[in-house]
Amino acid sequence: MIALLIRDLRLAMRAGGGFGLGLAFFLIITVLVPFSVGPQSSLLSTIAPGIMWMGALLACLLSLDRLLALDFEDGTLDVLATAPLPLEAALAIKGLAHWITTGLPLVVAAPFLAVLLNMPPQGFVWLVVSLALGTPALSMIGTFGAALTVGIKRGGLLLSLLVLPLYVPTLIFGAEAARRGAAGMAVETPLLLLAGISLACVALLPFAAAAALRMTLR
Amino acid sequence: MTLTLVNVAVARGGVPVLGGVAFTLRAGEAMILRGPNGAGKTTLLRTIAGLQLPLSGTIDGAADRIAYGGHADGLKGMLSVAENLSFWARVYGHSDIEPALATYALGPLRSRLAGTLSAGQKRRAGLARLMVTGRPIWILDEPTVSLDSHAVALFADAVRAHLGMGGMALMATHIDLGIDAHLCDICGWAAAPQELLGASDEAFL
Repeated sequence: MIALLIRDLRLAMRAGGGFGLGLAFFLIITVLVPFSVGPQSSLLSTIAPGIMWMGALLACLLSLDRLLALDFEDGTLDVLATAPLPLEAALAIKGLAHWITTGLPLVVAAPFLAVLLNMPPQGFVWLVVSLALGTPALSMIGTFGAALTVGIKRGGLLLSLLVLPLYVPTLIFGAEAARRGAAGMAVETPLLLLAGISLACVALLPFAAAAALRMTLR
Repeated sequence: MTLTLVNVAVARGGVPVLGGVAFTLRAGEAMILRGPNGAGKTTLLRTIAGLQLPLSGTIDGAADRIAYGGHADGLKGMLSVAENLSFWARVYGHSDIEPALATYALGPLRSRLAGTLSAGQKRRAGLARLMVTGRPIWILDEPTVSLDSHAVALFADAVRAHLGMGGMALMATHIDLGIDAHLCDICGWAAAPQELLGASDEAFL
């Protein structure tokens, strides 16, 4: 399992691996929003948590179609399916690698980019906490979506259509936690629900993804 | 240690292609499947490897003992040959890739990125992957595609050494490798057309 994680991270670091792509996309979103909304700092600080979460969600989505498609094309998935490593574990690891290369950089960069949106500083810590709790769910749901669409040519668009509705609960509670944090309100309830969603995704979706993938490989 | 198929039927895209497949392969034996394009060689090999379920029949002795080499090599272009092989060795719980590199004369290529190799070199690296798995049953689908005659000889030597150590090999190939193997024309197992009625698309089961 460690071998698979190291390989995926190494691939992401090498040219064409897409490491930093999500982060750069996130940066561009947060830079563009003030231009489109206009220089109204009070409005910006109101919508900042929602924009940050929306940006994180789209940045996660960006690299999902490569998650399994490349391994499918070069035959790696066929071999992985016959390897001693259970397919469920392999997909959980691939989801983890996706989170480390996409979700984790977003969590770290979020407070710096929140400055661009004039987010109140008291909300930074809750923004980071909500992203840290919520992005694993985004990666795992995305892994499931990628497993469903991997055999389809140009499956990227279908993947987005399948995955974005599944992101709704994570987005609602994540953005709510960040918004409450920025407004100085209690954040426990949305954070607990967000953590619950993430834990359920990490626990259950590898099995669903492996089942979907086995069907595709047939 | 045997691989036994009893009355196995396989389907591709919901259409049965082979039925009543039955054979036994013992340790140290090789079998070469012959048949025209579309006869069902790949489907049968994928079924034995466990990548798809048979329509009926039983396959004994295959679970967790198969190393599968399909049309694609399972190599990452942005990793070097040695990194690719080490990865697969570790997935199968091994670490030594030197015998495999030596067998397929990959030593000089070990630090080259797999994406910069020629098709034949890539194929050699893909075949070397079977060696690092340590699995006893090699299932190979057209293993000699894009190999030159020298590389084919290397491959035949590797198979012979594998059989000598009590391994088994099952492959679909059209060239003569000079290996002492059972030849098996799968046309004799072609599914009868009326069995189409009983077919269903296994993806929806």
